[in-house]
Amino acid sequence: MKKIIAMLLALVMVFALCACGDSKAPEQPAEAPAEAPADAPADAPAENGAKDLKVGFIFLHDENSTYDLNFINAAKSACAALGFSEDQFIFRTNIPEGQECYDAACELADAGCSIIFADSFGHEDFMIQAAKEFPDVQFCHSTGVRAHTEGLPNYHNAFASIYEGRYLAGIAAGMKLNEMIEAGEFTAEEAKIGYIGAFTYAEVVSGYTSFYLGARSVCPSVTMDVTFTGSWYDETAEKEAANKLIEGGCKLISQHADSMGAPTACETAGVPNVSYNGSTVDACPNTFIVSSRIDWTPYYLYVINAVMNDEEIASDWTGDLSTGSVVLTEVNEKAAAEGTAQAIADAKAKLESGELHVFDTSAFTVDGKNLDSYLADVDSDAAFEHETEVISDGYFHESEFRSAPYFDIQIDGITLLDTKG
Amino acid sequence: MNNQNRGPLVHIVKRGSIPWYMAWLIRGAAIVLALLVCALVTTLLTGENPIQIYGAMFKGAFGTPRKIWILLQNLSILLCISLALTPAFKMRFWNIGGEGQVLIGGLASAACMILLGDRVPNWLLIFIMVVASIAAGALWAVIPGFFKAKWNTNETLFTLMMNYVATQLVAFFIIVWEVPKGAGKIGIINQTSQAGWLPQIGDYKYLLNIIIVALLTIGMYVYLNYSKHGYEISVVGESERTARYVGIKVEKVIIRTMLLSGAICGIAGLLLVGGTDHTITTTIAGGRGYTAIMVAWLAKFNPVTMIFAGLLLVFLSRGATEISTIFGLNHSFADILTGIILFFIIGSEFFINYKLSFRKSNKKEAKA
Repeated sequence: MKKIIAMLLALVMVFALCACGDSKAPEQPAEAPAEAPADAPADAPAENGAKDLKVGFIFLHDENSTYDLNFINAAKSACAALGFSEDQFIFRTNIPEGQECYDAACELADAGCSIIFADSFGHEDFMIQAAKEFPDVQFCHSTGVRAHTEGLPNYHNAFASIYEGRYLAGIAAGMKLNEMIEAGEFTAEEAKIGYIGAFTYAEVVSGYTSFYLGARSVCPSVTMDVTFTGSWYDETAEKEAANKLIEGGCKLISQHADSMGAPTACETAGVPNVSYNGSTVDACPNTFIVSSRIDWTPYYLYVINAVMNDEEIASDWTGDLSTGSVVLTEVNEKAAAEGTAQAIADAKAKLESGELHVFDTSAFTVDGKNLDSYLADVDSDAAFEHETEVISDGYFHESEFRSAPYFDIQIDGITLLDTKG
Repeated sequence: MNNQNRGPLVHIVKRGSIPWYMAWLIRGAAIVLALLVCALVTTLLTGENPIQIYGAMFKGAFGTPRKIWILLQNLSILLCISLALTPAFKMRFWNIGGEGQVLIGGLASAACMILLGDRVPNWLLIFIMVVASIAAGALWAVIPGFFKAKWNTNETLFTLMMNYVATQLVAFFIIVWEVPKGAGKIGIINQTSQAGWLPQIGDYKYLLNIIIVALLTIGMYVYLNYSKHGYEISVVGESERTARYVGIKVEKVIIRTMLLSGAICGIAGLLLVGGTDHTITTTIAGGRGYTAIMVAWLAKFNPVTMIFAGLLLVFLSRGATEISTIFGLNHSFADILTGIILFFIIGSEFFINYKLSFRKSNKKEAKA
């Protein structure tokens, strides 16, 4: 009898484990409002080509991740703008960053797709592997770094100058802090932002630095604490990190990680939050201020149109404010400081005219000194050699030598609480 | 009315042995029932036509040659881990640590590929990888085995804990070897030189893995059924005291079996890292260390039956992926269907071992 009970217990345990192993699906976050699809395609699609073209999309997670939802919405709006029928696009969700990505890409190519998009950084090597096997299919990978050095004619990278969006979102954060200082909630010296990053990767460093510089441009006394979760998607870790930062005296939180962990923690604690990847206003009506995000629709339209018109696709494409790739959501008037939308619009105009540069070397110091030269690791090789001079004309040229960010400098005013790496 | 003689309406009776065709009849009925319930749930929840959903699942698993290869590759890895766990389970040693043993074997392979990639000839590198991953897997399994044999510690908890240790070790080394800096991933190792990649047979990427696991299956079948070791394992599993009484050194059998169990998990890690993925992530085993336990149980520890049990599970998961793609259903829906089917299959084992006997004396009492 004991043996049977032991066996049953073991079985129950196994099932529990299996269940835990698979149940990655997090709580349903508020769906980001479907923002108006980007403007009609720049050049009208060639009608005859559009009919038999098929496009495949590979996503790391599904709609439950804010990051992937942003891509999924863009893919949907691009397909809608081109008038694609149901059988002209295939979405593959929950594709891990491993052999599964290679398999998925090959299956999409088998299914007749002429263009295959992938959305996650870790998909890159596997996309390249598949690109080598299907020379007639275009493989377009967002956020990757290897296309400009790989020399594969059918493999392409894309990113956007999201640091500009982060800078604008930072202005909203700084104004909120100013408002709270004026209301006497804390002193100007106590103004501190908390930031949750995924990894110590340049994309994250570039993001939090530009966000911080935006905030400091309106609130000069602000400092920032950054903590890392070591994962792009870990709801529990992101929630805990937000709570830790709030306990540590941070008055406003922003994040570069993909779950709803940090925004919901802020809503519970009543701490203002500047989000990323899309609006979280439905879940956080009292604390959500604004969110920057990359709108991938222009890139998708650009690539699909290029293939339909037999034009070459750039191996490394950078979207910016002018292409409509870097966008901010509506400002949540309930949480944001007065005049935020106007201040963002003003700064945006200056960024677009070139009057203002996010990484202006006079705006930040490293160990108390202004930088006049910096070699960045643009051609990612195994040796991590920093080979390209990126500071000239008084500012750091981010996303110009390649689309993916390479700003990886630790500037004064930002404290890294822990570095996983 | 005299109720005192009445038993409960239903009681459960252990069956004697039932003929094999009856057992399969019950299993078949369970699968049919499961499919019906799934169909009902599908229609009620999604409004999709269940026949179409089943069709899509089938197409997702077998639709193209590539899909069949992927199916077989997934099956071979799952089967490999199931084979690894079987001797331990047969010995009533609850090895829940397959996940960790696979990870650590994979980590050993990856370490060899990264550190020795350009330094030694490829044949030597692959030889070192094979030895290293088998040794790593075996070590990871023999630690709990040793503690169990010497001090009778709880192997379920111990092997489970070792999984977490392995996951954290992998996470640590990913940070050490990450490309590019700070990215938290290693990516494909030696993508241009292909150093340490297991050789590809003809045009078939996954054929080598499949052949290796097929040989392992036969080997394990023979080992368990026709070798002295296999016999000792069953005796220890049935009763440790009997084993001691007939002069079997139980400690030795436990340690030896766990070495074997871990070594085969190490091979699974090698096949994943050196054979297909050519990278290491904390999720590379993907829960298969646990799923394999189910495969082993469903097949009653018979390596040949395991092929079918594994095939069923891999088919369900591949099919599930397809329906989430075609019908735009969330992947969780596919998991629900898998859950229902497994529930019925495992439930059917109950009806094979036991029967329900209903109270029969009702009519007689009514007359009286």
